[in-house]
Amino acid sequence: MSECHDCAGCAVAVAPPPLHNGARTHVVAIIGPPNSGKSTLFNRLTGLRQKVANFPGVTVEQRVGKAKMNKAKTPHHSEVVLVDLPGVYSLSPRSEDEQVTRDVLAGNMAGIPKPDALLLILDCTNLGRHLVLAAPILSLKLPTLVILNMADDLKNRGGYVDTAELASELGSPVALISAAKGQGVEKVFQFMEGTSAGTTSLAPPRVELPILQDIPRCRQWAHDVGTGAAYRAPAPPIWTRRLDSVFLHPIAGPLIFLMVVAGVFQTIFKGAKPLMDGLQALIQTSGQGIEHLLPPSIFRSLLVDGIWSGVGAVIVFLPQILLLFLFIGILEDSGYLARAALIADRTMAKFGLQGKSFIPLISAYACAVPAIMATRTIENKRDRLATILIAPFMTCSARLPVYTLIIAAFIADRPLLGHFFGMQAGALLGLYILGFVAAIATARLLKSSILKSERVPFVLEMPPYRWPTLRSLGLRLIDRSKVFLRRAGTVILLVIVVLWVLENLPLKNGQPPEIGDSFAGMIGHAVEPAIKPLGFNWKIGIGLVSSIAAREVIVGTLGTIYHKEGTSESEGLRQALRSDLTPGGAVALLVFFAFAMQCMSTIAVVRRETGGWKWPAVQFAYMTFLAYICALITNEVVRSGIFT
Amino acid sequence: MLQMSVNSGANAAPNGAFARTLAQLPEGEAGVLDRLDLPDDIARRLMELGFLPGHIIVPARSAPTGDPRVYRVDGSEVALRRETASRLILRASKDPSVL
Repeated sequence: MSECHDCAGCAVAVAPPPLHNGARTHVVAIIGPPNSGKSTLFNRLTGLRQKVANFPGVTVEQRVGKAKMNKAKTPHHSEVVLVDLPGVYSLSPRSEDEQVTRDVLAGNMAGIPKPDALLLILDCTNLGRHLVLAAPILSLKLPTLVILNMADDLKNRGGYVDTAELASELGSPVALISAAKGQGVEKVFQFMEGTSAGTTSLAPPRVELPILQDIPRCRQWAHDVGTGAAYRAPAPPIWTRRLDSVFLHPIAGPLIFLMVVAGVFQTIFKGAKPLMDGLQALIQTSGQGIEHLLPPSIFRSLLVDGIWSGVGAVIVFLPQILLLFLFIGILEDSGYLARAALIADRTMAKFGLQGKSFIPLISAYACAVPAIMATRTIENKRDRLATILIAPFMTCSARLPVYTLIIAAFIADRPLLGHFFGMQAGALLGLYILGFVAAIATARLLKSSILKSERVPFVLEMPPYRWPTLRSLGLRLIDRSKVFLRRAGTVILLVIVVLWVLENLPLKNGQPPEIGDSFAGMIGHAVEPAIKPLGFNWKIGIGLVSSIAAREVIVGTLGTIYHKEGTSESEGLRQALRSDLTPGGAVALLVFFAFAMQCMSTIAVVRRETGGWKWPAVQFAYMTFLAYICALITNEVVRSGIFT
Repeated sequence: MLQMSVNSGANAAPNGAFARTLAQLPEGEAGVLDRLDLPDDIARRLMELGFLPGHIIVPARSAPTGDPRVYRVDGSEVALRRETASRLILRASKDPSVL
């Protein structure tokens, strides 16, 4: 009796299963062209039991998950390890994605055992193009299930394919499924039950499997195989064309685009505000609660003032990040993201970037961390890297408390353009523009130098519009918040503890010292000669050191140093700064914060997304250098009195 | 620069009176691709997406500025920038050897 009686043409051996070492994991790789629904299937099979990382040393994302199997049918493997490979059209190693795919399939990828079986997923509404990949994959002679995805689309649009016939042509089982709707996914499980029990054997394909470098001949082969399986291509997607006539309309299109962008902006700033305020209040109250519970001690100070408030300062951004990813998820899954990229492309091309960089860069106005994670939608590696490298220049929300404090303390609110637009608003706008200009100038610099040699042209596939599913949106939100909390949270926790130690040691008569005498104060004094030309003193030096945890931490630190309330609205702190800093130093501090990469979370996420320390190191050095030079010039210019 | 000229043989229109590029094709009008005047690796990338010599390509909507433009090719829609589309040479439609 066949294990997979539902999937057409499944070749089942009667031979006894090969010897299995009980502890050995059964590894199944999912392979398919871009936009074939690979990730949707992967999410279907693994659910929450998945981990997203990078393949070692490259920027290619590695997603590994576990599919729970029916114990009765697969006694040796209650779980199957699934590896989601990057989307490729062929196995010729011309891109990083194709190289990674080849290495994994050949068992040459460190940390990933050679797959025991393959799931080849193809979009059956476009079989002529997608079937090309079947020849090199089936030639690997691994047990392979050919999955024809988008079965619902094929049927609704009047297409047809004879799966039994296709299976006998290819010598591999074929399953017609809809990964998004979950139709037919049980056939995939049945296939994996068969391979993990060792009961699946290979049938020789009826057709020849050519491994050709000649694409027209590969296409001809795919066409012939499709014809043999009575393949009838579906009618064009009528709803997609109707929607495109609105979304890509010469006038309505850009208007809708602007409304979408404004909606995203509004939501991540205004919509997230009550949630962020609520979370902030919750963290504060609970911190006070812990304070009351514990006797006063140095440990309580570390726990409440250090860890609780420090980690809280990062977690506060979570609502904003979740809303942002909800938006990006809807845009991507519905197919609108490709249209938005098309509309934005001309503008972005002027800066050496492309349309798909637009949404991540807009997101960076909230926080660079989710923006950098959102660059995964950019397939072109160099464009993606360029976008990652410039994203931290965009004025993120963590810079605002610093800007507000310094501007309110040093810039008189004289009317600039009528009563509604004063000097202070002008200064804030100026800082936003400064960050944006630095970003595009850096993009141009990168694309004309180290990231230049990319010759791959801009190619953007326009997927049909689809309803986003709650399941896929939910899984993405959970995954992204896990990444944010784990990466940002753990790094921040470490930095906070180190900073607390620096600020509270060495003990003086068993008591924490004045901050000027602490290790942090010593560092502040030590760096003073270096930052003096910028108009900063040792107190600002301590602030700069502490702001590496997160930019807005400097406000609290300065509060501690000057014995004032450490908020950006604190009049006492403004007064103290006015009497301690020169105007040149103050404006220089604003410029420094506009450019410097004072954010451990961003550094951590860049390391993660680029697969190593090289790019975050380059980025940190470049941004710090730029910040230093520009702050130096600013201080000199303001001191020279040109503007007074 | 290598010219990808597959299946063109005798049918190939010389770079003369009849040769048009994909960028010049008006929206909604079908054109038959003759060759890709692009470096080998880029030409292969586009061919994998369906821009194959002998295949029919129909320009669809474009971005508001007219660039990039969406092309219907091989049952799917792919957007290309003008700089790329202008390197895809069409078969001369008036050339009787094609029809």
